[in-house]
Amino acid sequence: MLSSESLIQIDREVAKYPPNNKQSAVMSALRIAQIEKGWLAPETIEFVATYLEIPAIAAWEVATFYNMYELKPVGKYKLTVCTNLPCSLMGAQSVVEYLQDKLGIGFNETTSDGKFTLKMSECMGSCGEGPLLTINNHKMRVQLTPAKIDEILAGLE
Amino acid sequence: MANIEMDGKALSVPDGSTVIDAADAAGIYIPRFCYHKKLSVAANCRMCLVEVEKAPKLLPACATPVMEGMKVQTRSPKALAAQKAVMEFMLINHPLDCPICDQGGECQLQDLAVGYGKGGSRYQEEKRVVLNKNIGPLISTDMTRCIHCTRCVRFGQEIGGIMEMGQIGRGEHSEITPFLGHAVSSELSGNMIDLCPVGALTSKPFRYKARSWELKHTASVAPHDSLGSNIEIHSKNGTVLRVVPRENEEINQCWLSDRDRFAYEGLAAKDRLRRPMIKQNDVWRECDWQYALDFAVHALQALKEKHGAQQVGALATPQATVEELFLLQKVMRGMGSDNVDFRLRQSDFSADAGLQGAPWLGMAVAEVSKLDSVLLVGTNLRADHPLLALRLRQAAKHGARVSLLNPLDDDLFMPLAAKAIVSPAAMAETLDQVRRVLAGETVSGDAQKIAANLQQGESKAVLLGNLAQHHPQFSELHSLAQQIAAACGAKLGFLGESANSVGGYLAGALPAAGGLNAGAMLNNAPKATILLGVEPEGDTYNPAQAMAALRSADLVVALSAYKSPTLLKSADVLLPIAPFSETSGTFVSTEGRVQSFAAAVKPLGEARPAWKVLRVLGNLLALDGFDYDSSEQVRDVALTGAVSVKLNNTLKTLKPLSKVTHGALQRVGDVSAYHADAIVRRATSLQTSHAAANNARMNGALLSSLGLCEGVLIKVSQGEGSAELKAARDDKLPDACVRVAAGSAATATLGGLFDEIKVERA
Ligand code: SF4
Ligand code: FES
Repeated sequence: MLSSESLIQIDREVAKYPPNNKQSAVMSALRIAQIEKGWLAPETIEFVATYLEIPAIAAWEVATFYNMYELKPVGKYKLTVCTNLPCSLMGAQSVVEYLQDKLGIGFNETTSDGKFTLKMSECMGSCGEGPLLTINNHKMRVQLTPAKIDEILAGLE
Repeated sequence: MANIEMDGKALSVPDGSTVIDAADAAGIYIPRFCYHKKLSVAANCRMCLVEVEKAPKLLPACATPVMEGMKVQTRSPKALAAQKAVMEFMLINHPLDCPICDQGGECQLQDLAVGYGKGGSRYQEEKRVVLNKNIGPLISTDMTRCIHCTRCVRFGQEIGGIMEMGQIGRGEHSEITPFLGHAVSSELSGNMIDLCPVGALTSKPFRYKARSWELKHTASVAPHDSLGSNIEIHSKNGTVLRVVPRENEEINQCWLSDRDRFAYEGLAAKDRLRRPMIKQNDVWRECDWQYALDFAVHALQALKEKHGAQQVGALATPQATVEELFLLQKVMRGMGSDNVDFRLRQSDFSADAGLQGAPWLGMAVAEVSKLDSVLLVGTNLRADHPLLALRLRQAAKHGARVSLLNPLDDDLFMPLAAKAIVSPAAMAETLDQVRRVLAGETVSGDAQKIAANLQQGESKAVLLGNLAQHHPQFSELHSLAQQIAAACGAKLGFLGESANSVGGYLAGALPAAGGLNAGAMLNNAPKATILLGVEPEGDTYNPAQAMAALRSADLVVALSAYKSPTLLKSADVLLPIAPFSETSGTFVSTEGRVQSFAAAVKPLGEARPAWKVLRVLGNLLALDGFDYDSSEQVRDVALTGAVSVKLNNTLKTLKPLSKVTHGALQRVGDVSAYHADAIVRRATSLQTSHAAANNARMNGALLSSLGLCEGVLIKVSQGEGSAELKAARDDKLPDACVRVAAGSAATATLGGLFDEIKVERA
């Protein structure tokens, strides 16, 4: 269900905890699974749960609690824009409008070619560099301007 | 002990207890939803806020430990205001639909809203709605009513041993649900109905049947296993509408197994026998009691005249009451016969001569929770003894080492310190290995580990389950277990199979002077046989043989609550008797506890309590000593003297290990939980719950060596009898074993539970 590379990574996370506490690695394991699959389908969650020897519902609880886990398919690139106060003061609203115009989608929508999904988020703790967005939860791009956005989008194959 | 003051009262409470425990002990009521004395503290509902002197904010009583000198106010203006505020929040999203809610009248939220709620709501906005979940045939859900106390979630994690419900989402979007459309499968699931403080989880079979205040409550005892769980039967207009647990800390605590809770549906089965029936010239017809009894008595007497008293015999279900079993054996002995037995699924009686008393648990039920080390031999524990499994789970949680020697490896939802999963034929040999290790020898493998575990800890037990008791080498298993227990200082115990597995011994309902035991009678029935509550197709070790034997008898008089098809085939007279809910009686539980109960409702139709029927039978047969006025009188005669001295698991003479030869494939015939007795076999909701699934299970190696694959229809046969079942794969089963559970109609044509079995493509 998951590739052996992912399983090796999960094993590395599991090893960080005492032997009887495999469940402690559930957040990391779900994150790793999401990187491989793009989103967390119920079967993926169930697989992770079985792998960690916990009930499926326990993993599902975690997956539904945090909103960086995707429970529905998303585009190849998920762009998450912070819309909290500091970013808004720095022009997050125009970033959002520019992105929506350019991609032709609203929040929580995916372009018809399946390439981009747009999401809004709360503060990412980098207020000094707003407005900003993340790509697939893992890469952050800061001090956004329309030109910079064009450049970022062009760089995403 | 800590000295505290609560609402002005000085209290002395044990250190480490919480404010809510102290209040409960002192009779001070603090409102609560999420707190439950048997579950961990979640402190998420905030209903129990109290004021504590010197604490800057109000504290949740359920999560606040007492401290020396603490001053608590549970009803100060500040505390009351907080409790009322919490209630207002609670009701924001809770539908005010009490008139159409099944919980109405026994709802904690409804009750507390009367005390702490406002007359009206200030909330004008839209309420939240949560879709219902289908979690199986036993529990009905109405999730909009859920207040997220998480009692049901904690129940699964902490008591049931498996987390089946969980809380997904966050904040306003939280929902209680099982994993994606799964039904709950725990054998204890019904307890969530009791735990749920609102109408989110209610009983599906009881749905919309009655209001709680219309029900008549009768204290009774659960008849479906040997624990003697205390129950309350709720009835209306003479019909049993539900069964709920009656708290007894020493037995079932506040829990009840699904079997004990939902089996009542079988009491109202369509095939209940309402009038006596007799068969003449192969045609059944209903008749009155007088006629049926005269017919039975004359036929019994005639056959006794003709063939002698040894051709008269009686078989009873171990679910019968002490009174019934006592009178049955008295009728037999009055007629001069010693042929009487209730151990219908036992196949090896060779230890009988060595028995010095009634086999029993060997300890109090409550002691099971405190064991340090235990070896379970031959048991389908969760199915056969759900609440003993719960106790052992509690023990395991506190570090007890549980070992298992079994042909089945179903998940017990507790960690096992050691296990040996072997074919039934290899059980005695493996147990002998354990004995040898304890005697100083070294053997390799699982037995060594089991023995090592038994050598640790103070309080230990070796417990023989139903599978061991039904096993063809039962006496050897018993002998070995006795030696093992002696060698490691453990108690030897039996997990009694049925409500009166101990009571039957005490009532003397077994041969005492060379008479025929159940095995012999079911192999070659006496010419005149009386059946008390017996359904040969489901209650016996070898149904095919039992039915053939009964058919060859000249006369079968069946006292039965049901008009079961096999009785219609094999019996000549059917006398309608009352099941446990319709008669007074007594069960002696597996720990030797004598518990009497009264009838909850009147017998259906012309059915009569069996003790009365047997009394009349005794009188009509002109036997002495059948002038009892009440079941209590019968009980007092049946159980004279202390019970404890009559319980004994020690065999006088040990049976040596024998060499067993067996065919290519051996059947593992556990009794499926929801087919264990006549009542539960007819409980429709339990039948549709998935635990009732019936197929032929074997490991992958055997499947492929037979050229079969999962899901195909196969023909399993034992001797003459065969059945068509679906093949299923269970890699936990030992080699050369086919697990075919007994008790259901699908397997009623088969032979012995642990005998040879043949498998072929259907
Ligand atoms: S369903 Fe009932 S028991 Fe479970 S969390 Fe909701 S209110 Fe509590
Ligand atoms: S009972 Fe204390 S917070 Fe729920």
